[in-house]
Amino acid sequence: MSQRSEPLPRIRVRPLTRANLSIQLTLLGLTLLTLYSFTTFDTRGIGLVEALQDMLNNFRLLLLEPRLRSVSFADLLEALFVTVGLGLLTTVFGAIIAFFLALFAAQNLAPIWLNNLIKGGTAFIRAVPTVLWVLFFAVAAGMGSVAAVIGMTFHSAGYLIKAYAESFEEIDAGVLEALRASGASWWQTVFQAVVPTSASALLSWTFVRFEINFSTAIAMGATAGAGGIGFDMFMASAFYLDLRELGAFTYAILVFAMALEWFATHMKARLGKSRE
Amino acid sequence: MALLQIEALTKSYGNEARALDQISFSIQAGEFVAIIGPSGAGKSTLLRCINRLVDLTSGDVRFAGVSVPTLRGGALRRQRTQIGMIFQHYNLVNRLSVLENVLHGRLGYKNMVQGVLGLYSETEKREAVRILESLGLGEQIYKRCDQLSGGQKQRVGIARALVQQPKMLLCDEPIASLDPNSAKIIMDTLQQINQKLDITVLVNLHQVDVALAYAQRIIGVNRGRVIFDGPPAELQQEQIQQIYGSESGELIFSLRERYAI
Amino acid sequence: MPSDPLKLRQIQSIAFFAILAALTYGSIVITKYDVVQGFTAIPRAFSWATTHFIPDEAAWRRLPRILEKLFETILMAVSSATTASALGLVVALLGATTTRPHPWFSLPARGIASIFRNIDVSAWALILLFSFGQSTYTGFFALFFVTFGFIVRVMVETIDEVGMASVEALRATGANYLTIISQSVIPACLPQLISWVLYMIETNIRSATLVGILTGTGIGFSFDLYYKSMNYSSASLVVLVIVVAVLIIEALSNVIRRAVL
Repeated sequence: MSQRSEPLPRIRVRPLTRANLSIQLTLLGLTLLTLYSFTTFDTRGIGLVEALQDMLNNFRLLLLEPRLRSVSFADLLEALFVTVGLGLLTTVFGAIIAFFLALFAAQNLAPIWLNNLIKGGTAFIRAVPTVLWVLFFAVAAGMGSVAAVIGMTFHSAGYLIKAYAESFEEIDAGVLEALRASGASWWQTVFQAVVPTSASALLSWTFVRFEINFSTAIAMGATAGAGGIGFDMFMASAFYLDLRELGAFTYAILVFAMALEWFATHMKARLGKSRE
Repeated sequence: MALLQIEALTKSYGNEARALDQISFSIQAGEFVAIIGPSGAGKSTLLRCINRLVDLTSGDVRFAGVSVPTLRGGALRRQRTQIGMIFQHYNLVNRLSVLENVLHGRLGYKNMVQGVLGLYSETEKREAVRILESLGLGEQIYKRCDQLSGGQKQRVGIARALVQQPKMLLCDEPIASLDPNSAKIIMDTLQQINQKLDITVLVNLHQVDVALAYAQRIIGVNRGRVIFDGPPAELQQEQIQQIYGSESGELIFSLRERYAI
Repeated sequence: MPSDPLKLRQIQSIAFFAILAALTYGSIVITKYDVVQGFTAIPRAFSWATTHFIPDEAAWRRLPRILEKLFETILMAVSSATTASALGLVVALLGATTTRPHPWFSLPARGIASIFRNIDVSAWALILLFSFGQSTYTGFFALFFVTFGFIVRVMVETIDEVGMASVEALRATGANYLTIISQSVIPACLPQLISWVLYMIETNIRSATLVGILTGTGIGFSFDLYYKSMNYSSASLVVLVIVVAVLIIEALSNVIRRAVL
C-alpha cells in the first residue's frame, strides 16, 4: 500500500560510466559515418544488385573453373617463388635493422629521449603506406625489385621496431637488475638476458610480419613493378580480362597464405606450451 | 517425495572410461548436502547433469517430480529457473555492473524480446537490490565486477542464483578459489540460505573438513562412483581414504579433529 | 649426438640461422635484387627528396581537391570496416566453440573467413574490378572481404576467451540462446570488438591507398596521377596528407581504446 502512495524512484540497471558512454558514442559515430559514406559513393552508374549477381557468377568462374593460359604452371611456380622471396628478403632485412634500433627504442634499455626519437620516427614510417614507400624509392632506383625491397624493408622495420621494443619492455626488471649488479656490460646484458627471454616473442612477431610481407609482395607486383605473382594477376585482370586464369593465381596465393597461417598458429601454440 | 532423485546416472565421454557410473541417491527438500571427492572424481559433471548443462548417457534425474533427461527447449529452460547454480570461478560478466550480473538470474523468466533487450521490472530490480543488501553488497551495486574481490564476486554469484527464487542451489566448488576468510563467509552464507530461506543446497567440495563442518549429509565420490552416503558422524577415516585414495593424508584427519571440537 | 642440452640448443640455433641465410641468398637471386644498388639508392632517394619531393605552391593550391579525395578514402575505410565487422561478429558467434548453435557450424564459418582474409586485398581488387569496374564499390568490397575474414578470426578467439564462463552461468539460469548472446557475450566482447574495428580502420586507410592505385579511386588515384605525370611536389603533398590523417586517426583510436576498455 505504501508503495502505491509513494512511488519508489526507478532503479537504473546500467550505470552511466565513462566506458559505457564511450562505447555508445563510438558505435553511434561509426554508424553515422557509415551511413553518410554510402551517400557519397561514386557508383559510376553501376547498379549494385546486378553487379553483386555478376560478382557471384564471377566467383563461380574464378573458383570452379581455374586454368592457366598465358603462362605455364612452371611460370606460375617461379612467380610465386619471386613473391615469396621478396617477402622473405624484406622480412629478414627489416628484422635485422629493427633488432638493433628496437634496443634503443625500449624504455628499460636506453634513455627516454632516444626511445621517443626512434618511436616517433617509426610512427612516421608506418603511417606511409608501403606502396608509397616503394614508388618513392622507384624514382631513384627505377621500377623493379630494388625499389620494392627497400620500400618494403622500410615499412617492415618500422613495424618490427615497435613490436620488438614492446617485447623488450615486457622483460622482468629484476633480471636486468641482477645482471647489471653482477657487473655485466650493456651488450652482455642484451645478449645474455634480453635476447634469450624475448626470443620466442621476436620470432612470432617476425613471422607475423612475413605473412604481411607476402601479401604486400603480391600487391607490389600488381602496382609497383615488383614482378612475381602479383604482376601476373594484374596482367590477367587488366590486360587479358581472364577470370579463369586469375582464379588459378588466386588458388596459388590462397594455398600459400593458408599454409603460412596454419604454421603460425601451430608455432604460437607450441611456443605457448613450452613457456608454461 | 524427494526433491531430487537420481537413479543409475551414467555419463561417458566417447569411448573413455565412465565419468559417472551408476550413481543413485535422493535429496529431500531442505537438506544441506556436500559431495566430496578428489579432483577429477566427476563431482562437477554430476552437478551439471542435474540441470542438464551436461547431457547424461543413461539413467534418470527427477527434480520436483519432473524427469530432467527428456526435457527440451522451453521446458528445460523453465526447469533450470528452479535451480540456482554457483561456480568456482564465479562466471560473472566482468565488465558489467554487480546489479546487471545479479539481474541475469531473472533472464530465464523472460520471453525472447524482454530477454534480448534486457528489460527488467521495477519489482525485479528492487528484489535484486534487497538481496545484494542482505549479502552486504549494498554499496557495490554499480561497481564493475572486475573491481571486486574474490569473496565479493562469489556473493554476487550467490545473489544471481537467489534472484531466480530457486528451490535448490547447486554449488560447484564455491570456495576453491578463495582465501580462508572469504571461504568461511561464503559457507556461512550458504548455511543461512539453507536454514532461513529453506532452500536445498547441494555443494561440491574438495575439502573434507569444510564438508564436515557444514553439511547435514555427505556423499563421497571417487572415479564416478558413490563410495559413501550418510551423516558426517558416520564418515570414518578408512572411508576418507577410500574416497581420496593415496591423496588423503594426515592433514585431513588432523583437520577433522579440529572441527570435532 | 651431443647429450648436453645447451650444446644441442646451440646447434639448433646455428642450423636455424644457416638455413635462413641460405633462403635469404636464394631470395636475392630469384628476385634479382641488386644489393649494391639497393644500398646506394637510399641516400640518393633522400637527397633527391629534399629538393624535389616537397610540396610547392602549385601543390598547395591543389590541397582542397586532395583533401576531398582523402575524405572519400577515409569514409570508404570506415564504412567497409564497420559493416564487415558487424557481419563478422555474427559469423564469429556461429563459429566460436562457446556460442555456436551446433558443432557443425564451426568449420564452414571459420573456413569461409579464412578464404576471405588469405586472399590479399590487392587480389580482391583485381577480381572485383570485373564486376564493379572503377566505382567505389570495388575498393569497398575488397576492404570489406579482408576485414570480414580478419574480424571473424579474432572475434572467435575473443568470444571463446571471455564468453565461456558467463555463457555457462546464463544457461544455468534458463535463459534462451539469443538472450545469452545479447546479455552476456556481446557486452563482454564489445570493447575488444571496437578496438579491432579501429585497428581495421587504420589498416584499411593504408590499404585503400593501394586499392585506389589499382582501381583509379580515392586518394591512391590522386597520388598515381601526379606520380605518373612526374608532378612529384603534388605527389609529396598527397603523402604528407595521408601521413597526417593516419597519425591523427591512430591517436584518436588510442584515446577511444583507453576510454572503452
